[in-house]
Amino acid sequence: MSTTTKNVRRGEARSGLRIRPQDKLILLLMGLLPTLLVLGLVWFPALATVVLSFTRWDGIGDLSDIKFIGAQNYVDLATIYPPFWPALTHNVLWLAGLFLVFTPLGMFLAILLDKEIRGTYFYQTAYYLPVVLSAALVGFIWQLMYSRDQGFLNWMLGTSIDWYGDSQINLWAAMVANGWRHTGYIMLLYLSGLKGIDPGLREAASLDGAGQVRTYWNVIFPVLRPVNIIVLTITFIEGLRAFDLVWVINRGRNGLELISTLVTANVVGEASRIGFGSALATIMLLISSVFIVLQLRVTMKED
Amino acid sequence: MSTRTIPMPHFGRRTLLQGALGGVAVSSLVACGDDKPTGESGGTVTVGSYQSDDIPKKAFAEMMKGFTKGKVEINTIQHETFKEGINNYIQGNPDDVFTWFAGYRARNFAEKGLVGDISDVWNDIKGMPESMKNVSSDANGKQVFVPSTYYPWGIFYRPSVWKEKGYEVPTTLDAWMTLNEKMQKDGITPIAFADKDGWEAMGTFDMLNLRVNGYDFHVNLMAGKEAWDGEKVKKVFTTWKQLLPFHQKDPLGRTWQEAAQSLLKKQSGMYVMGMFIDQQFQQTDAKGDLDFFSFPEFDSAIGAKVVEAPVDGFMMRAKPKNEIGAKDLLRYLATPAAVNITVKADPSVIAANEGAEQGGYTALQKKAVTMISEAENISQFLDRDTRPDFASTVVGPSLQEFVKNPSSIDSICSKIEQQKKSIFA
Repeated sequence: MSTTTKNVRRGEARSGLRIRPQDKLILLLMGLLPTLLVLGLVWFPALATVVLSFTRWDGIGDLSDIKFIGAQNYVDLATIYPPFWPALTHNVLWLAGLFLVFTPLGMFLAILLDKEIRGTYFYQTAYYLPVVLSAALVGFIWQLMYSRDQGFLNWMLGTSIDWYGDSQINLWAAMVANGWRHTGYIMLLYLSGLKGIDPGLREAASLDGAGQVRTYWNVIFPVLRPVNIIVLTITFIEGLRAFDLVWVINRGRNGLELISTLVTANVVGEASRIGFGSALATIMLLISSVFIVLQLRVTMKED
Repeated sequence: MSTRTIPMPHFGRRTLLQGALGGVAVSSLVACGDDKPTGESGGTVTVGSYQSDDIPKKAFAEMMKGFTKGKVEINTIQHETFKEGINNYIQGNPDDVFTWFAGYRARNFAEKGLVGDISDVWNDIKGMPESMKNVSSDANGKQVFVPSTYYPWGIFYRPSVWKEKGYEVPTTLDAWMTLNEKMQKDGITPIAFADKDGWEAMGTFDMLNLRVNGYDFHVNLMAGKEAWDGEKVKKVFTTWKQLLPFHQKDPLGRTWQEAAQSLLKKQSGMYVMGMFIDQQFQQTDAKGDLDFFSFPEFDSAIGAKVVEAPVDGFMMRAKPKNEIGAKDLLRYLATPAAVNITVKADPSVIAANEGAEQGGYTALQKKAVTMISEAENISQFLDRDTRPDFASTVVGPSLQEFVKNPSSIDSICSKIEQQKKSIFA
């Protein structure tokens, strides 16, 4: 008995820390509350979506009206739902477009603007402006550009191309409109990273006889690793959550199908094919998971 | 009377409070007897309205001012938001009375028990034609809807252009085809066409089906009882395919307003649309230079006596907080006095009640009245006549696919049928 007390006392004296009951409670709450929030707001809805994807339900009435129909929704969407496969392809193209064209373009613009060229603030503002506009507004602005009968592009080119309506073209048109916004975002992020680089590094590189391109690839790019990872993450996120602009254009139909728009078209509004929409959402969850795992692995590996 | 605009879904403090109070009121009354109506004459009735544009919103408020048996509180919700959120709205804590559409779209909620039976209100309504009663009734013959206004679909044109070129209204398919060819020779696109939002082409499909296969088949097809890959539906598409070269090119990127502009600019000769196209003409020099005719006859055995005329009106929620007041209000809304105010503000609709003031009608409105009074049957519109999930997720995109690839009728039809079987199962 006395030894225990002594030990405790000694321990107390050594660390200067004693966990009092109320502290324990606070620690418990600090751990529990976020866990509950994550469970309730992330894991429960995600699991509920997966469960609902095996049912037929119109979202009206009691939960007892939900009918389990096995994998029927998945069979249906893969076999008799015409927009599904195009949507999957479009999602991949959308991600590839951002990754291969617009993110590099934004980085390139940032490098150019970092050169302190004349009117750099003007260009910065001009490129960044679309980022602060809502997708609805971006969609509207480009509708003015793209309209077949009254649009600026056709008027300027003297053509009558159906930019938003021709399913061979409209995905690319939408990607350009979205890229216009994305490029500015990446540019600003990257520019702020470039501004933070110690000028001494560049001087050292040029003293060693490295040209501009080589300085960038061998010195600047590796130093900017944290920024690169942010840019990469944002590109992934933007690619996966592609939705709003396409929805504004034509609710994701006729060549502009994306998984996200199909989910919304089926779940939101009077349609309320909750089960079918959930099956689509589950597929999106799977695709996102694949990309998230891939990205985490890349990030962790480099650490 | 107060007007407040709230976003959806509405869980405002006031609404919650009202809900709680309403719950108390209901539970205290339940003790008195099950079927006793709640509320009282002279109390406050809440009305949910999708009339969010300035002019209709003002007219709506003015119409409600005419209600003398109690106070009305209007909750205006943005039009598209209201439509998209209807399932949540109607299951949550909806207003006592709310704006909605006739047909399957109304009946569906009645079958789910989400709206109230207002057959007793209909006993007091005067001046509503039988066709209006039909579209307001559920499957059991009970009335669940009060019609306010409606508008016909037809083929619109500018009389000045037709007079100048010597065109005449076609009454048969052959005459229509001849006219189309003539217009094309004159350098005019015969038929303006848009289908960017997926619903516009439904109007053309409906009219073709009604002319090729008739009203009964159309109703059964919409109810999921007929095959979409059968010969009858394929005939609709082959007829359409024959007409498609006379339609404006590239409709899938064009809004209905842009197509209306081509009619306005005399680039197109005709336009299959609802009478709301008049809104595009109101503010221009061409105001009044707009007329329309009914879809021509395709088959003399079928005739051309069906008109598509969507009806807008009101429904009452199931178990309203103030049932007596809500029913009093619905009785008032069905009167000519109430609808006169709406029709005056929006001359692109006509009053459902035959007793409404018609002296001030424009030529277009008068024509609509004649056309509908001569109709044997009235259909609503594809997205009001069938399940909403089928209309918006299957038929809309499939019609767009047809417009894009008119040669793949067979595969389009069989895909619609497969999805129909899955959805109607």
